[in-house]
Amino acid sequence: MTAETLIASLQLSMPELILAVGAMALLMIGVFSSERATPTVTGLAVAVLIIAGLWLVLKTGEGAAYGGAFLSDPFAKFMKVLALIGSITVMVMTVGHARSAQIDRFEFPVLLVLATLGMLLMISANDLISLYLSLELQSLALYVVAAINRDSVRSTEAGLKYFVLGALSSGMLLYGMSLVYGFTGHTGFDEIAAALTAEGRSLGLVFGLVFILAGLAFKISAVPFHMWTPDVYEGAPTPVTAFFAAGPKIAAISILVRIVINAFEPVVADWQQIVVFISIASMLLGSFAAIGQRNIKRLMAYSSIGHMGYALVGLAAGSMAGVRGVILYMLIYMVMTLGTFACILAMRRREGEHVEGIDDLAGLSQTNPFMATVLTILMFSLAGIPPLAGFFGKYFVFVAAIEAHLYALAIIGVLASVVGAYYYLRVIKVMWFEEPRGEFARTAGELRLVFGLSGLFVLGYVLIGGPLGSAAEAAARTFF
Amino acid sequence: MTDWPVLSAVTFMPLVGVLLLLLTREDSAYGRRNILNVSLLTTIFTFLVSLYVWYQFDPSNPGFQMIEKREWLGAGISYHLGVDGISILFVPLTAFLMPFCVLASWVTIEKRLKEYMIAFLILETLMLGVFVSLDIILFYVFFEAGLIPMFIIIGVWGGKERVYASYKFFLYTLLGSVLMLLAMMAMYWQAGTTDITQLLAYQFPRQMQTWLWLAFFASFAVKMPMWPVHTWLPDAHVQAPTAGSVILAGILLKLGGYGFLRFSLPMFPLASDFFAPFVFTLSVIAIIYTSLVAMMQTDIKKLIAYSSVAHMGYVTMGTFAANVQGVQGAIFQMLSHGIVSGALFLCVGVVYDRLHTREIAAYGGLVNNMPKYAVAFMVFTMANVGLPGTSGFVGEVLTLVGAFRANTWVALFATSGVILSAAYALWLYRRVIFGALEKESLKALLDLSPREKLILYPLVILTIFFGVYPAPVFDATAASVDLLVNNYAAALQAAQDVALSVQ
Repeated sequence: MTAETLIASLQLSMPELILAVGAMALLMIGVFSSERATPTVTGLAVAVLIIAGLWLVLKTGEGAAYGGAFLSDPFAKFMKVLALIGSITVMVMTVGHARSAQIDRFEFPVLLVLATLGMLLMISANDLISLYLSLELQSLALYVVAAINRDSVRSTEAGLKYFVLGALSSGMLLYGMSLVYGFTGHTGFDEIAAALTAEGRSLGLVFGLVFILAGLAFKISAVPFHMWTPDVYEGAPTPVTAFFAAGPKIAAISILVRIVINAFEPVVADWQQIVVFISIASMLLGSFAAIGQRNIKRLMAYSSIGHMGYALVGLAAGSMAGVRGVILYMLIYMVMTLGTFACILAMRRREGEHVEGIDDLAGLSQTNPFMATVLTILMFSLAGIPPLAGFFGKYFVFVAAIEAHLYALAIIGVLASVVGAYYYLRVIKVMWFEEPRGEFARTAGELRLVFGLSGLFVLGYVLIGGPLGSAAEAAARTFF
Repeated sequence: MTDWPVLSAVTFMPLVGVLLLLLTREDSAYGRRNILNVSLLTTIFTFLVSLYVWYQFDPSNPGFQMIEKREWLGAGISYHLGVDGISILFVPLTAFLMPFCVLASWVTIEKRLKEYMIAFLILETLMLGVFVSLDIILFYVFFEAGLIPMFIIIGVWGGKERVYASYKFFLYTLLGSVLMLLAMMAMYWQAGTTDITQLLAYQFPRQMQTWLWLAFFASFAVKMPMWPVHTWLPDAHVQAPTAGSVILAGILLKLGGYGFLRFSLPMFPLASDFFAPFVFTLSVIAIIYTSLVAMMQTDIKKLIAYSSVAHMGYVTMGTFAANVQGVQGAIFQMLSHGIVSGALFLCVGVVYDRLHTREIAAYGGLVNNMPKYAVAFMVFTMANVGLPGTSGFVGEVLTLVGAFRANTWVALFATSGVILSAAYALWLYRRVIFGALEKESLKALLDLSPREKLILYPLVILTIFFGVYPAPVFDATAASVDLLVNNYAAALQAAQDVALSVQ
């Protein structure tokens, strides 16, 4: 590798370098300053993420770096911006909650920055090796974050469960990669695609494909690899859950899109049936299993399982329209989820105790009309009712499925969304149709900002949907 | 022709009222007054603009008018508005009923008045949007979004079983609609556009028409509602507040009928022809069966709800008769039913406000102390029966004539429904209004207040006016209906020619 190519590579991966260096520096600041360094470190971490984001948008070019292992293209940029927005938002939301949620350690923001770094690398990965390394960087940071409230049994259990199952999935992923490497002789996505086109597929490669998809399905918590989700969502501190629901999902979906559309494009028939199955199973489980939930964080866990199923509907189509649908879906999903978690964080009684039951929202429309209205909008949007953003997300993935003649998938999907509407309606029912049972404490300003903006986005999507749609289309064109 | 976007103006004007309402406070009698005034003025202004739309409408032009078109969401979806003879009259109908809804809620809504009015105004915008949109996705957005405010209205301000009723209403209609959404996507890929004007000109393959027709039918039949998917309606009607019932019966039920006329009939003529006997069967069952069910009800609102199902049966029957009389009659029946059933629910509201019960058995002999009420109620009852001289007669007789031309047996059975409707409506009237005034609770009831007169008298006038002089309606609809029926016949003829030439 010559000096010029190295410098070109460094320039392309500048945002990641900023995050990596920033994380080290923050760690030093945290270690060498006094006990009360957490707010400073959190603030600086947000600054680092914002700088990386600005650099990404304004100064990063396009092209392949590090011998093709790292790719900076419009798709990667779009998804990276999303992941960064998710991380920044969660970090802002934790500011007021670090103390009460027992996560006021300076390691927390540092770990989040590291996890974000892993996500960005993952989104750009164009090689099995860089995929695995970035995925592990992200996961290791998340294992620790899930268990960060070490005095809480639930949090520790969540961390442990996530770690054990995560390690298992990493193992499967690695095994699949080794099979793919063994049967094609390459680790780069482009080379794998070329080899598959030239030689056709072998049975061993299909096994490798299945294992890789299984490993990635674990990361997006798609059925049948979803078992960890409800427990981890419920057990982890709420800001951590919000983090889990946003960035990592985006990164994992991005790499899933890239690997199947890029590397396994020649064997579309093989992966399509797997994706269709995972998608249907996730949509159905996400809808039916959520009905009985009483805890809103568990409800959101099942909801996220279902939503990953919908996002995969677009991927199953495997077309340009499908990828555009996936991109838009992830964008809209992330905004809705962050808004909802901001509302969940605001569920704090006057005495300072956090509550998580859906019934605790009773009569919210009378005690806190603003939050109730926003949460209502978000719930209707999650259910996919027009004219809210969630509807358009669903529209664009299903329209791709129809184009690809995946009628059974589309019909099961929309029917599952009707079932899903039932439990979202229950949240609305509790807020509007029931009498108040106690009030929440004053909502912190940053939470109001987050859910206010999120509500505004969901409501205003009808006005800004055009430009967003074109941006997503430009990102999707990367692959076609 | 005007330069300014008059259809957007009429559609989104209620939202201006919503913004104003957000600035008001409800905590005093004065604030309450403000809320009511703002809502009333907004709805009246919207109605005036809708009249202007009707005035601007050129009845000799069968195509779409007052078109507005702008890029919207990409992927072919545009913001495209316009009206033709089929949709034009639903705009003033919607806007006309809204001020009455506000007036009907003047004193009865005691809690959370502001949210209530906001929900109603949003609902008005969405309903108007359905009738003026010329893009299927835009249509779907308006069509489906109406569920949100209606869900809240039934659930928050409804009766005892409101939660069950609101869920049933929401999920039932959503289930039907999502299949229609998939059909719309399939149409987009087949025809390459979501523009209704272009889709009307596109000829879908016969096989595909069948599936598309079924998917649209799933949605519209639930919305209409047709037997046997009508069961959400009685629940929703009974639990909804008076104004909610008025909107439900007056406008929301018309969305299904409008959908049949806008999509099923002109876009899938072969499938419509194929399924016409099926629709006739369901319509006749609806007319006879739900009339019988209505007769046995003990709750006034439930009785009117079932009678609505029966009257919608005439609409579907006329629509799929697919001749000029049938379609004209269906449109007229929808408009007339919008006024009459809305008025009937308002009448129920008048006595419900006084006695807080809807049990028929709790009433009797009201003619003695509420003579003005008795007269108004009688006019609407007669219109519901379809007595000549009321607007109900015109629609029913035209749909029956249309059905007779298509299939005499259908007309025969459907006509028997007229007798049944007379039976339940008159019996209801006898039990509530006539008889001796014996019940203690009824003796102190006062006749109509000025506000109630303001609500009921204009509706009485309209009911009779359109009964004796229906020409304004037919003038507006004639050209578009002719075009629709001719295109339909031409499509069937063309398909037949192809079939013959193949043999």
